[in-house]
Amino acid sequence: MTRRHVVVVGAGPAGLAAADAALAAGAEVTLIDTAERPGGQYHRMLPDAFDAASPEALHHGYRAFETRSRRVLGHPRCSWWAESSVWALEQPDPGSVTPPLVHVLTGDPGGGPGARLRRVLAPDALVLAVGAHDRVLPFPGWQLPGVFTAGAAQALAKGERLVIGDRVVVAGTGPFLLPVTAALLAAGSQVVEVLEAARTGGVLRGWLRRPWELPAQAGKSGELLEYAATLRRHRVPYRPGRAVVEARGDERVEEIVSAEVRADWSVVPGSERTTAVDAVCVGHGFTPQLELPVAAGCALRPGPGGSPAEAFVDVDDDQATSRPEVYAAGEITGVAGAPAARAEGALAGWIAAGGDPEARALTALRRSRDQGRAFAARLAAAHPIGRAWPGWLRPDTVICRCEETDYAAVRRTARDPAGTEPRVAKLATRAGLGPCQARVCGPTVAELRAAAGGRPAGCRPGDPVPPGPHHRPVAEPIRLGELARPPEPPSPPGTPRQSSDPSVEESTS
Amino acid sequence: MSPRLVPAGSDPVGRRDRPLTITVDGEPLAGVAGQSLAGVLLAAGRTSWRRSPSGAPRGVFCGIGVCFDCVVTVNGERDVRACRRRALDGDAVTTQSRAAGGDAGSSTSSGTGTGTGTDFGDAR
Ligand SMILES: Cc1cc2nc3c(=O)[nH]c(=O)nc-3n(C[C@H](O)[C@H](O)[C@H](O)COP(=O)(O)OP(=O)(O)OC[C@H]3O[C@@H](n4cnc5c(N)ncnc54)[C@H](O)[C@@H]3O)c2cc1C
Ligand code: FES
Repeated sequence: MTRRHVVVVGAGPAGLAAADAALAAGAEVTLIDTAERPGGQYHRMLPDAFDAASPEALHHGYRAFETRSRRVLGHPRCSWWAESSVWALEQPDPGSVTPPLVHVLTGDPGGGPGARLRRVLAPDALVLAVGAHDRVLPFPGWQLPGVFTAGAAQALAKGERLVIGDRVVVAGTGPFLLPVTAALLAAGSQVVEVLEAARTGGVLRGWLRRPWELPAQAGKSGELLEYAATLRRHRVPYRPGRAVVEARGDERVEEIVSAEVRADWSVVPGSERTTAVDAVCVGHGFTPQLELPVAAGCALRPGPGGSPAEAFVDVDDDQATSRPEVYAAGEITGVAGAPAARAEGALAGWIAAGGDPEARALTALRRSRDQGRAFAARLAAAHPIGRAWPGWLRPDTVICRCEETDYAAVRRTARDPAGTEPRVAKLATRAGLGPCQARVCGPTVAELRAAAGGRPAGCRPGDPVPPGPHHRPVAEPIRLGELARPPEPPSPPGTPRQSSDPSVEESTS
Repeated sequence: MSPRLVPAGSDPVGRRDRPLTITVDGEPLAGVAGQSLAGVLLAAGRTSWRRSPSGAPRGVFCGIGVCFDCVVTVNGERDVRACRRRALDGDAVTTQSRAAGGDAGSSTSSGTGTGTGTDFGDAR
């Protein structure tokens, strides 16, 4: 019998755990990531060229991560494809029971377009673990240079040791604002204040709704307490119930306007205050990167808030999607943090590799995954996006950053009966047609259109979720020259070897 | 003040920086091996290096390759996301513009400034 070949896309906490478990179950594994190092957003590594003596100084759980990545990348049955992007998934025929073909561009883009190789893989099973990116709600002036996503501030500080400014306001909603603040402080920025749009009552109710679930996420809770202590030590004011509602400046941000917001995020009149800054970073949660799951034909489910802006990959108890032999793990199935992503990845990798679904180690993994999901539900309950946030917008506020479509145009087509079909609206407003292909504005446009009557607001659990802004045949940019070159022939996954140890490592830490 | 690199001497990760130089529209900028092009530009005090269709300035927004606000031309190759490309010593960066009038100093670029669609695999 030949070994199963499992392709894992994404080497963040979820993908690395998936590769590890699939190897343990005896499969040949190809692990693919756009980055040059594994780790994803959570274990964002410093470049080798920095020659850092203590890279662990910036990380939680660095040792466990190092051990795992060494074991996976050094495994004789693992092929590690760094600096490789999956740019398309191709379903040979819709009724097929094999996973899609995986189209990959490999090679250091620094070597010029000719240096990249096009390759195609035909795996027995596919694990998608491509993570998420920040969601940022628009406000007047959010397109000014010096306004960054919270993730950008984190990525620059953690991955490049660059701080975005000296007087920074961190704003938005959710616990992710805390590690971002801590990273800025550790790098020497002054964080003027942290603005959490959720009001204290809601946050406490959300977090304390089922207190018996908290100890199970002790790792994550401990991390958050540590960040809270860092804020206190640096005397950074943490202001719940306030939001950035405008950024101002000439050529770059110079000041922000914040305001007190009610539970639905409507602005309390007269509460506006201006603050001088040289940078601001904003995050309103995360948007899963759904291009590849959608291309694979995976069914989506609505997020916990039921907004048309939120959808995640629908998975069963084994992390299997609605498509045969396609599994999903990590942030694309729900935003629950690194420990949950690891548990999901391990489950997905083991099952994708043909591991015994009754294996004893899976009980602990499933429990950990379920606790992660409960944590995610708690997060969503504590930090929902208030429905009245469009009150911040003015008719000329930019909604689509690429095409500079403004709020007035989005509303106009949403109300126009001829423009209610999303594709028509897109052509009429150009929102989502620019270089980012709606990655940034897609969820917002969907929500604004729903609010303006363009489409029924909210989906209930069980409702089919349209692929919406995530339907993109090309998941990553590819140059026409590269597209025109024929791909390398499908590579055989490697020489079969004897399985050593079919145990699944407990992957919570 | 502006974005800046944490000084190597006081950085707890213990960096050993190796200098490099790139040019931006012909002007030399000093950086450190391992930085992204966006990192070099930001650390040199530039917060913007691109013009949107209306002519508004743009720089880094998402930092992870999602928003395309940071695109530049590198050694003649258009639409490179500066936040995702490591700086190499000697890289020649040209800034881009989607505003009418086109790119800054664009001897290498064939862009008309009207859009980057096809290069991005814009299938719709
Ligand atoms: C910018 C940013 C910073 C974050 N920082 C923190 C933090 O400091 N602390 C914290 O608790 N949480 C952080 N998070 C949340 C974080 O996403 C999760 O906690 C965790 O990393 C999720 O793990 P994951 O494996 O699901 O996804 P990720 O860690 O996002 O990993 C996904 C991987 O897939 C790769 N990938 C994506 N698309 C492709 C493709 N088409 N082809 C090939 N590879 C691809 C990416 O390069 C990435 O390495 C951050 C999120 C973002 C967006
Ligand atoms: S800053 Fe968003 S793509 Fe580079």
